[in-house]
Amino acid sequence: MILWWLGDVILLVVVLPIVIYLLSGVLRAAKGIPATVDGISSVAAAGSRDLNAVPLLLTTQDQVIKTVAGVANYGSSLDVILDDA
Amino acid sequence: MALFGFAAAGAVTILAVVLIVLVLVVYLVAIIVQLRKITAGLGEILNGVSEIADKSVPVNSVVKTINQHLDAGVDLLEGLLVKKAGMQDAIGLVDGLYPGSGAAGFRKFPASATTKAPRIGEVYTRGALTLARLGREAPIAAGSPSGPALRDAAYGSAASAKLYTDGRQSRPGSMPKSPVVGTDAPVQYEQREDIGAPRKNSPDRPAAPETMEK
Repeated sequence: MILWWLGDVILLVVVLPIVIYLLSGVLRAAKGIPATVDGISSVAAAGSRDLNAVPLLLTTQDQVIKTVAGVANYGSSLDVILDDA
Repeated sequence: MALFGFAAAGAVTILAVVLIVLVLVVYLVAIIVQLRKITAGLGEILNGVSEIADKSVPVNSVVKTINQHLDAGVDLLEGLLVKKAGMQDAIGLVDGLYPGSGAAGFRKFPASATTKAPRIGEVYTRGALTLARLGREAPIAAGSPSGPALRDAAYGSAASAKLYTDGRQSRPGSMPKSPVVGTDAPVQYEQREDIGAPRKNSPDRPAAPETMEK
């Protein structure tokens, strides 16, 4: 009988607070994750927006090809105009 | 009394267990809610990262192509500069325009790294100066998008003569001087032979017939 009461006391005074403490810690950690996830999500969205200009690289590529071709033509003409060293 | 005691102890036990289960339920439900929020957030992250991956797929090949063309252009210009100005002047010209870069040399010319760059005054020799100034001054630059050619193609030699500060008279050593003109000039041009000579015919005397003179 006394042991039973002792068990009840331990259950209410020791086990229940420990359970509450542990679960509250898990809940506090879980509540901290969504804020971090939202931050990562916004950064990922911003990174995706930053890459919207990537298709312009194709224009840059075309311009570079044309420019280098022009430089090549100009260089070949200079090669004809100027004497070698 | 003992029965009541057992019943009370049992009731307290049940109450304690129910309390623990309630606490477990409350906290676990709250944790589940948070985990669902996390899952939704991770889904958004996955979408964003997928977009980034999709958008960055062509970057590598495009940048590689751009670099290849730029490398070809650099090789062409370096080769042309070395061919026209010579290795030493080319290094000096590059080092003069971008101080310190002459030490790196040209990529296609490993020997250029060991070439000592001359002073800037020595670099601007005839060939290098001509090459440096043949930008918009070249007749071929008439179609340049930056504007028409500065040098008149019809008088290109006069324009190129301005490039050399030593002047026209130094090579060859002496050029014939320009003629002196005027009444006091030692040499009179278009000189008439009859000026200063006695007149053949006097106005107050009739001309002698040619037969008599003979």
